[in-house]
Parts: sequence; C-alpha cells; structure tokens
Amino acid sequence: MSSERTRDFGRYVAAADDDVIICRCEEVAKGEIRRAVRDGLFTVHEVRRLLRCGMGLCQGNTCARLVRGIIARELGVAADSLVEATGRAPARPLEMRVFAREQGL
Amino acid sequence: MTDTFDVIIIGAGVIGNATAYYLARRGLKVAVLEKSDHIGGGASARNGGGVRQSGRHPAELPLAMYGVKNLWPNLSAELDLDVEYYRAGNLRLGKTGAHLDILAQLVQSAEAGGLDMRLIGAVEARGICPGLAEEVIGAGWCPSDGHANPLLVTLGYYRAARRLGARFISGAEVVELRKIRGRVAEVVTAEGEIRSAGRVVVAAGYESRKILSSVGLDVPMHPLQVECLVTEEAPPMFCQMLGTAMADFYGHQSRHGSFVFGGSHGYEAHAFYGQPLGTSIAASSVCRAIIGYLPALREIKIVRVWAGWLDECADHIPVIDNPAETPGLTVACGFSGHGFGIAPVVGILLAALATEETPVLDLSAFRYDRFRAQV
Ligand SMILES: Cc1cc2nc3c(=O)[nH]c(=O)nc-3n(C[C@H](O)[C@H](O)[C@H](O)COP(=O)(O)OP(=O)(O)OC[C@H]3O[C@@H](n4cnc5c(N)ncnc54)[C@H](O)[C@@H]3O)c2cc1C
Repeated sequence: MSSERTRDFGRYVAAADDDVIICRCEEVAKGEIRRAVRDGLFTVHEVRRLLRCGMGLCQGNTCARLVRGIIARELGVAADSLVEATGRAPARPLEMRVFAREQGL
Repeated sequence: MTDTFDVIIIGAGVIGNATAYYLARRGLKVAVLEKSDHIGGGASARNGGGVRQSGRHPAELPLAMYGVKNLWPNLSAELDLDVEYYRAGNLRLGKTGAHLDILAQLVQSAEAGGLDMRLIGAVEARGICPGLAEEVIGAGWCPSDGHANPLLVTLGYYRAARRLGARFISGAEVVELRKIRGRVAEVVTAEGEIRSAGRVVVAAGYESRKILSSVGLDVPMHPLQVECLVTEEAPPMFCQMLGTAMADFYGHQSRHGSFVFGGSHGYEAHAFYGQPLGTSIAASSVCRAIIGYLPALREIKIVRVWAGWLDECADHIPVIDNPAETPGLTVACGFSGHGFGIAPVVGILLAALATEETPVLDLSAFRYDRFRAQV
C-alpha cells in the first residue's frame, strides 16, 4: 500500500525514558529512534540503516521487537503492521577461515 | 483531481534522492515515487561504499573526479548528517607480473584523464596498509579515492530533500508513463493513481527498462547479482579502500570498526532475477580472496552477508539524458556498479537536465541514442 512520507507529527514531546538504551550492541537510545521516525524513517529497515540499531554483533536478536514497537507507537500504528528487518546468513557470527574452506581445502 | 508537480522522480535510490534534494533546493515542487515500502532498499542500501575514480571508464572519470573535488568534501555538512566519507586513497593490489600489467594499464588510463594515480612497490604499499600478505609485490595507488557509508548517504539525501518539502511516496510502483500531446506528462502507479508533472525522471535501476518501455524507449542493460559481507567490529586497521588487479575482492573498514567487503565469483550474470538472495558460493570465494591478501583477517567473524542487483549497461556506463524522442522525460539508469560514488554529481547533473539548463559537465557520452549495431 502506498505511504505518503510527509506527515505532521506535531511538536516533539520529550519522554522521561528517551535516554534509555534500546540497542545495546550499538548503543542507540529510544529518543534517537523517535526522532528518526519524525524525520521520515518509517520502517524498521530505514531506522536501522540510519541509526545502526540491530546491526551489531547480535544482529537485532535482542532489540528488534523493542525498536519495532517504538516506531509503531510514534507512527500511531499497530506494531505487527511493520515488517521486521530481514534475517540473513550466517545465523551466528562465523570466522572467515570457515567460510573460505567451502571447497574442503 | 490529479496531483501536479514540477518534477516526478521514479525510484528513491541514491540517484533519485540526490536529484530530489538538488531540485527541492532550487524551490521546485518535487515528488518521488518508490515501489518498495522502504526508501533506499535497492542497490543504494546494498553497495560497498566505494567512492573511487581509479578504474573508471574514461567517459565516467570526469564525473567521479568532479564529485571528489567539489561535492563529497562538503556532503556531511550539506546533508546535516555525518556520512562517514573518507578520502584516504585506494590501493589496488597485485601479486604477479600479470597483475602488475593490469595495474599499469589502469595507471595509464588514469593519467590520460588527469587523475593522480601511480604504481607503487610492495614496501610503499605496506607502509600505507600494514598487514598485506607477503605475496603482494606492488599496487596501484590513487590517493584521492575513498569510501563513504551508502546507507547514510542515501537516507541523508532523502531526509534533506524531505525537509525541503519534497514529497516521497513509498509503496508506489510506477507501471506506465503517459504522453499528452507528445510530451511525457503523467505517471500511473499499480494502484491506479495518476500524477502529472512538467518533467519525469526515471531513476529506477534495472527496472527503469520496464517503465521506459511504456513510452517506447529501451536501454540495453542486464541485471547482475553481486554480494557483500560485513564482519564484527575490530580496532582500526586501515582507512583506505582496497581492491585487487583481479577484482576478486574489494572493501574497507567502516567507522564503527566492521569491515565491509564485496567481490565476485563468476556467476553474477546468471542469477535468477527477483529478490536478491545470496548464493552459497559468494561469501566463500570473497573470504578466500581476502585471506590471500590480508591474512590477519582469517579469524575475524562475519555477521551478515547480502546480495544486490546491478543495472549493467551494454557499454558499462550509464544513460543520463533527455532523449530527443520523448520530451518531458529524463533517463538515469545503467550505472553498471559505479553509481554510488558518482551519485552526488549525477544528482546535480540530473537537476540541470530536469530544468533544461546546461549541465556543468559534458554528458554526450551518456546519451540515450549512442547505441549502434556492433556487427
Ligand atoms: C553489492 C553492490 C556493491 C556495489 N558497490 C559499489 C561501490 O563500491 N561503489 C559504487 O559507486 N557503486 C557500487 N554499487 C552500485 C551502486 O550501488 C548503484 O549504482 C547505485 O546505488 C544506483 O542507485 P540507483 O538509485 O540508480 O538504484 P537503486 O538504489 O536500485 O534505486 C532504484 C529504486 O527504484 C525503485 N523502483 C524500481 N522499479 C520501480 C517502479 N516501477 N516504480 C517505482 N520505483 C521503482 C527500486 O525499488 C529502487 O529503490 C554496488 C552495487 C551493489 C549491488
């Protein structure tokens, strides 16, 4: 469905928990995510590309749902209407030398 | 009532977003229609971040050089976002005499275009980037090449254009362009919405082809799937862009410490066109190449691999033109894997084409009508 990216959010009202760290790997705070949404980043993919939340060592295993919830609340939509970030290989961090050995060398 | 704009841009990749920004900065009423639900999810969010001039086609070199000289240095300030641009040089590594021959040719072509690039020996190369394998015997060195964070550049242009009033609509797939009295003037989406504009800019990567076919244009290009990987974070090791004479891998270390590498495995042209899904062989072949040049990275862990599509043009350079047969239409596609580094200058050139001003650089090499029978 098409989505118009120009939207009036009204004035930013700081929240008491804006400083709480949501993504621990990359140290991204709740307030940063809220502001990014108001700056036009409306999807989990977009917010993580700008702020790196969910891009660290755990690849979002810990914070993915929290980030999605914050974006949804800022947009005033249900959290499950937002798709989660794409999961990609490897399932767990893996050494280069292991990848490089795929021909059994 | 249909919405009317000065310019409608199709595709919110780095090219479309940069163009939207430079047009909005001139005060024009701009709309950007993006097929995906996500802004910048195409090649622009998947690329290796190289801002290189060395190795570029002679026709494309002036664009790359203009960008590095005039636009990249100020881009972070301009976009109010640190885009992690490093102008720290590109080392293209060689291990054999045949590699050095390839590098010498690249140096010759750079010199012909007025770009400072030279051949250096192993000792100098290791002085620039300690940690290179013993087998490296020389390198091509271009000190003014570099890299930047493609996610931030793409979204930075989007954010800045949006702040200036450009309207972005995601989830809006363009299926048809329509002419009115001979001039391209309307854009139709899959949802059946029609918007009109004084000018339409098509910047939709490989899929530009399908859109252009609705007004009888065709650009000879094909999709190539290429892949990248990113590692866990590590202490700073090198700040240059690296590549090889064989182009088996390239990459850099990003600001937060991860290494971002890409490379080839030989089957790029045969991938099934659709969702860009990684193959099982790309990361392996790239890792083998990396370890062969940077043995210290053997033990570093990869956290993510991904794939993306290139819009590979028949002659490996893009079409950037207002085709004579379609007044009101500007075409920007076929970037052939180099569109990120030249995106800022292409944005400026497209803004000029869209307003029918004379662009700051000669674009005759990028004309739509340049393709002639080859036999
Ligand atoms: C893995 C990889 C590594 C790369 N490395 C480098 C590098 O190091 N240096 C460099 O300079 N370049 C590199 N490139 C190339 C560079 O990423 C591209 O040339 C550049 O991003 C092209 O930008 P674009 O805006 O034209 O395309 P895209 O970012 O693909 O944007 C096109 C947009 O159009 C949208 N679209 C498609 N069809 C429609 C439609 N019908 N209606 C509306 N919207 C539509 C798409 O969804 C997409 O968002 C690399 C590319 C890849 C894939």
